[in-house]
Amino acid sequence: MIEAPPAPPVAGSLRGGAHRRRVLLGLLALVVLVAIALSLGVGARAIDPVTVLRALTAPLDGSRAVSTDDMVVLRLRIPRTAIGLAAGAAFGIAGTLVQAVTRNPLADPGLLGINAGASLAVVLAITLLGVSTPLGYVWFALGGAVVAVFIVFLVAGPRRGASPLTLTLAGAAVTAGLTSILTLLLLTRTQTLDQYRFWSVGSLTGRSVDVLALLAPFLVLGAVLALLLGRVLDALALGDELARGLGARVPLVRAVAVGAVVLLCGAATAAAGPIVFVGLAAPHLARRLVGMRHAELIPASALLGAALLVLADVGGRLVVPPGELEAGIVVAVLGAPLMIALVSRARRPVRPVVR
Amino acid sequence: MTALAAVRDARRRRLRRTSAVIGAVGVLALLLVLASLSLGRPTLGPGTVLRAIAGSGDAAAGFIVVDLRLPRVVAAVLVGAAFGLAGAVFQAVLRNPLASPDIVGVTQGASAAAVVAVLSLGLVGVPVSLAALVGGVVVAAISLALAGRSGTAGSRFVLIGIAVAFLTNAVIGFLLTRADIRAAQGALVWLVGSLSSLPWDQLAPAAIAIAILAAGIGFLSPRLRVLQLGPELASGLGIRVGRTRLLLLAFAIALVGVGTALAGPIAFVALAAPPIARALVSDAGAALAGSALVGAAELVGADLVAQNALPDAQLPAGVVTGILGAPVLLLLLARRARSEAVTA
Repeated sequence: MIEAPPAPPVAGSLRGGAHRRRVLLGLLALVVLVAIALSLGVGARAIDPVTVLRALTAPLDGSRAVSTDDMVVLRLRIPRTAIGLAAGAAFGIAGTLVQAVTRNPLADPGLLGINAGASLAVVLAITLLGVSTPLGYVWFALGGAVVAVFIVFLVAGPRRGASPLTLTLAGAAVTAGLTSILTLLLLTRTQTLDQYRFWSVGSLTGRSVDVLALLAPFLVLGAVLALLLGRVLDALALGDELARGLGARVPLVRAVAVGAVVLLCGAATAAAGPIVFVGLAAPHLARRLVGMRHAELIPASALLGAALLVLADVGGRLVVPPGELEAGIVVAVLGAPLMIALVSRARRPVRPVVR
Repeated sequence: MTALAAVRDARRRRLRRTSAVIGAVGVLALLLVLASLSLGRPTLGPGTVLRAIAGSGDAAAGFIVVDLRLPRVVAAVLVGAAFGLAGAVFQAVLRNPLASPDIVGVTQGASAAAVVAVLSLGLVGVPVSLAALVGGVVVAAISLALAGRSGTAGSRFVLIGIAVAFLTNAVIGFLLTRADIRAAQGALVWLVGSLSSLPWDQLAPAAIAIAILAAGIGFLSPRLRVLQLGPELASGLGIRVGRTRLLLLAFAIALVGVGTALAGPIAFVALAAPPIARALVSDAGAALAGSALVGAAELVGADLVAQNALPDAQLPAGVVTGILGAPVLLLLLARRARSEAVTA
């Protein structure tokens, strides 16, 4: 057998880059593990790692009595950690997709009208049907998100494949319209405002794992679609014409990507409330770390989003003991300086904004 | 016909069309102003309204029109024009259709300051407006300072603005969830944005400030046109790109600050007026005058609806701008998407 000729230096350096990116992804996974460990141990009741591990195996070990620590870990900390991981990863992936589809690094999944649609549906559920638990909000939030994005996509012209600019503007318009209706309801009904304001800041507490079980199919389907789209999105980044030349069916790609965003972001919003920033910041950080290829960008955004949201939740338990700050608030307070530092330190300018 | 003459002819036709459309929007705005002055409780005829403004009507009608309704309509015109103009400047300078003041942090800074003033300090009235003005300008200035020397070059500044806006939103969310529910509702009214009948001596300084800022932007508008060709070309044509951008943005930020102090963050106007104006005059440029007029018409119309839609209650104007403005923008977008599909 003939031996392959030695790789030219360019290919060698590319392969080196791939190796570096794999190492970075591994490191990100490690960060997520640390975040999980912190989230299980830290809080109003600090629990050391050994006890946490014992608590995790408690359901298997019928020989000893269930302690308070076990209860805290199993009933409170595991659900919020799991929801934080799932929602954070979903926001991260959804953000990557939205930024690829609108070709706008400023795009946040909320821009497609998801947050506004979910919020209005939740408020309608509270007002008209008297729904009052996070589990009860789930289907309304998801449904509202789907309807809002459907309107946006319809207006932006699905047959033409929805140009980035029109898609973005339509999203902003739908958001503004729905938010106004929402505000009108809130202003006339004090009781609704009282419930809605706690949902609207975004939080991981007070939800059981059931929420996650309900939403898991949507999250998994969305994530799978995103990963399948990876290579085509790389082509789309070059512009519609070039992507078409490379064989991508641009309108179809956009439609599938928007569908995945709705599944991911809608489900995450249903689980945790309209949390901003994760979907915007995670892809940004990810791009700086692993570059532009979606095969690595999507996993990196998922890991970063998960770590960001879980760590924010942990942070919220520490700042005002024995009370807590909602994860949605902490995410913004922690994420903003981080993002500002990253943006201002970047030597080369951020990708040009497409008009 | 020579090619030159053809170009000149086409340009003249476009100019004529543009002035016709702008004139139509102006007439629409005037009609809306007149309607706002006549409708309400009691509803007055247009003749009565005009006589009252001229100062020759009866005293009661004069009081209602000149002292109660006119200041509110004037405020609506001022704020709407300020938001529309500022939105057009933001979008042109940052070359991003999303770059409304909401996204640059002015609105959120003003909102956070006002919510702190209302919920934490228990203030009402003019101090809240001043707090909003200071908050908006300070937060925008922080964004500009953080963006640094190369700062206003588009996306970096906007990204920092978004980060700052999220931060202030978190502050608002925190205060709203901790406040008494009645107080929270009061703060919400401010957060939506609404117009009220201000006394003339409070309206006058705001009007002067808005006029000066608008004149400043008008003075810079030829340079803005060149700037839109791209930074390289603009500096090649002798424009100091960084300084011009900074000045334009500063004027726009101040405009939004004053407008927000008067009426609260009526967000949709700044976002929607420029694309509506551009769609109407089919001008790829900044459409500054058109945006100001559309903004004014939008807000006067919205407040007209807000005051008269429900028989027993008044709505905040900010609710109506969103509910009515969104479908208009969506229709325009859908129409454009279709026409693009035909030409493509």
